[in-house]
Amino acid sequence: MIARLSGQIGLAYAFVDREVALSKRYWAWELVWIVYGIVTSLSVALIGRAAPVISGQVMDEATLDRFVLYLLVGSIAWRFLGIVFENVTEVIAWERWEGTIEYTFMAPVHRITHLLGMCVSSVIRASVFSTIILATILLFLHVDLSQANALSALVLLAVGSLAFIGLSMGAAVFPMLWTEKGLQMAYIVQAVVLLVSGVYYPVDVLPGWMQALAVISPATYVIHGLRAALVDGAEISALWSDVWPALLIGAISIPLGLRAFLFAERYAKRTGRLKRSG
Amino acid sequence: MALVIERTIDQGPPAASDLALVAKNVVKAFHASGKDEKNKRIRAVDGISLSVLRGEIYGLLGANGSGKSTLIRLFSTLLEADSGQVTIFGYDIRDDEMAVKRLINRVSVEASFFKKLSAMENLVYAGRLYGVAPAQSRLRGTKILERLGIDAKRHDEPLEKLSRGMQQKVAIARAFLTAPTLLLLDEPTTGLDIRSKREVQAFVRELRAEHDATILLTTHDLEEAERLSDRIGIVDRGKLVAEGTVAELLTNANVSTLEEAFMGLTGHKLEDADERSEPHAP
Repeated sequence: MIARLSGQIGLAYAFVDREVALSKRYWAWELVWIVYGIVTSLSVALIGRAAPVISGQVMDEATLDRFVLYLLVGSIAWRFLGIVFENVTEVIAWERWEGTIEYTFMAPVHRITHLLGMCVSSVIRASVFSTIILATILLFLHVDLSQANALSALVLLAVGSLAFIGLSMGAAVFPMLWTEKGLQMAYIVQAVVLLVSGVYYPVDVLPGWMQALAVISPATYVIHGLRAALVDGAEISALWSDVWPALLIGAISIPLGLRAFLFAERYAKRTGRLKRSG
Repeated sequence: MALVIERTIDQGPPAASDLALVAKNVVKAFHASGKDEKNKRIRAVDGISLSVLRGEIYGLLGANGSGKSTLIRLFSTLLEADSGQVTIFGYDIRDDEMAVKRLINRVSVEASFFKKLSAMENLVYAGRLYGVAPAQSRLRGTKILERLGIDAKRHDEPLEKLSRGMQQKVAIARAFLTAPTLLLLDEPTTGLDIRSKREVQAFVRELRAEHDATILLTTHDLEEAERLSDRIGIVDRGKLVAEGTVAELLTNANVSTLEEAFMGLTGHKLEDADERSEPHAP
């Protein structure tokens, strides 16, 4: 049993190792995405810094610091969750683009092991990117992290990763079923999650029907909890109201997403879609 | 016209353990891709039955679109048959999919690699998927690549910088690295220059001799089929229209060349592509 488990972990590691090697080879593109992430988050933080000028209202320094951090947490957390979502969602599209999809799906690897490897590499990539983005912004801008509770934030990111992995596995089905348009569909799912999850504003300002969608988006709880941890220094015990819904969504979405993926793989095998070109 | 040459009686039927692959009445149909033919289904594989013996090189000869690549994709677990049964070394391809996957490997007409990774990185990755330790993969990979004429200094270059012929050799090295019991070669030499083609063909024979591998080869190259195969199956419009050794095919068709036999059995030249093929997915 232990030997079997370690064998599967070794197989999953093959995908992590491959992704690391690909990141090294595509270093110029990785640099582009990091710069893009820095610029986006920095721009959002600067909007916060300019709030008194834009609104014509006087704001004291503490309020301004809080507002900047509020926006920054949303921006960087979304970058983290977005990378997890995109990497897992693109698991089919990327292999198709490289031309390796047939080889990967023919290999004697359980799909759950394959996806586990891809999910782990996505979380590693998201963590590295987010850390670099945050560190770079701290060089350019004063950000008040004096109240931040790093442990609570890490727990929330871990829980958020799980919840997003389930969602992404479900969305990865689209490129499997619709060779040409599937990835576009997955990006629309991601865009809707961005809109309704309170990334840059509280969900209370959303129209009623969007607030209903916010309830089922894991990002809503992760970002709300992260703000409480990083802006107000909340302990993990005080964040349970954000942790349990995210955990529940993960507990439902991971098995559902995996099942949908396996179903789509079977369907693709019946209809001849499991190949490098449409 | 169907001409299936049975094994001669004095040889006796092969024991189950001698059979590497058995396909029984396999059917695979696809929806037509044309605008006016959406509801039309085309049988890419139409009731094919064949057996490949352990250690044999079996050549599937057919024009482009005749159904031979669809058949290979079915055997590779990348497609599911509509009906019929396929077993590989006794394992049912659908019920024992993972066991089958451990026994097979495939080289397709297009070398499928992570283009930015080097030949060695691709080999090590492939080796891991089949349970071969990285150090072992590097050792075996180096030997096979050098045997195929790829200089050691090119092993660490990104694959995209290697020629098409070299990429195909790396694909063959990758397949043999995992020591498959059944190797599916789907037009492995298409697009290669004569020299590379000969090198690959010699390597295939050599590896069969040294590693007791069974090889199922698809080709639309008559010379290649004749040079490599112990037995040849001729596929036309999704059906297996004839099967046997080259000598048996010539004798039964009463002709002197394989090309004439092919024309006699199918009614057209090998170069004439069959228009039926798998549709494009939406």
